[in-house]
Amino acid sequence: MITPLKRVRGLGSAKKGPDHFVRQRLTAAANLVLVPFAVGLIATLAGADLATIKATIGQPVVAIALIVLILSMAVHMRIGMQIIVEDYVHAEGVKLLLLLANTFFSAGVAAIAIFAVLKLSFGA
Amino acid sequence: MAEASSKQPARERPLSPHLQIYRPQINMVMSIFHRITGAALYVGSLLLAWWLVAAATGPQYFDFVNGLFATWPGMIVLVGFSWALIHHMLGGLRHFVWDTGSGLDIASVDLLSWSTIVLSLLLTAGLWLYIASERGWLSAWQ
Repeated sequence: MITPLKRVRGLGSAKKGPDHFVRQRLTAAANLVLVPFAVGLIATLAGADLATIKATIGQPVVAIALIVLILSMAVHMRIGMQIIVEDYVHAEGVKLLLLLANTFFSAGVAAIAIFAVLKLSFGA
Repeated sequence: MAEASSKQPARERPLSPHLQIYRPQINMVMSIFHRITGAALYVGSLLLAWWLVAAATGPQYFDFVNGLFATWPGMIVLVGFSWALIHHMLGGLRHFVWDTGSGLDIASVDLLSWSTIVLSLLLTAGLWLYIASERGWLSAWQ
C-alpha cells in the first residue's frame, strides 16, 4: 500500500513485484494452447519420413506456432528454474553462477530449436 | 545487533516440524511433483531441440536419432517426458483455479490434487495408445 506521504516522497514498491508471477502465468496460458498442438503434431509425425516432416513443419502456421511455443517455453522454464535455484541455493556466488547458467541454457535451447525450425522451413 | 552476534556464536535454532514428520498428503505430493516435472521438462526441452535439429540436419542423422528414441530406454524417456508434460500442465491448470481464489477448501484441494495425478496418467496412456495404434504396434495383438 502506498500512503500519501510515500507518494509525495516517491517511495513505495518498485512496481516490479508481480512481474515474474504475471509472466509465468502468461506463458503458461500460451503453453496451454501451444503444447497440446506440438504434442499432437509430433505424435502424428512420429514415424513419418523426413520429406513429410519438412513439408508439415514448413507450413507457415505450423512453423510460427512452433517458434512462439519455443519462445514461450524458454521464458517459462527460465523463471521456473530461477525460482528453484533461489529456493534451494543460498551461497551467493554459486547462486549467481547458476542463475547465469539458467539464462544461457534457456536462451541457448530456444535459439537452437528456433534455428532448426527456420532451417526446416527455408533450408534446402 | 552486530555486536551481539559477533560475541555469541549462533545457536542452533529449533525448526518447526516439516517433511520428516508430516504424514504425506496428496496436495503436498502433487506440489513437489509439479516442481520435479517442471525441472525434468527443463532438461527435456533439449529433446525437442535435438529432434528438430536432427530433422534439420539431414535424413541420415534424423534416422539415427529416431532410432535412438525407438529403443526401450528411448521409449521410457519419451513416455516419461510426455507424462511430465501432461502432469505439469494439469498442475498449472489447478494453479489457475487457485489463482482465482476458489477451490481452496480442503475437499476441493484434495479433489483437484487427486485429479491431477489420475488424469495425467489416463491422458498419458491415451496419448500412447493413439501413437501405438497409428504406428501399428497394436496389430501384433489383434
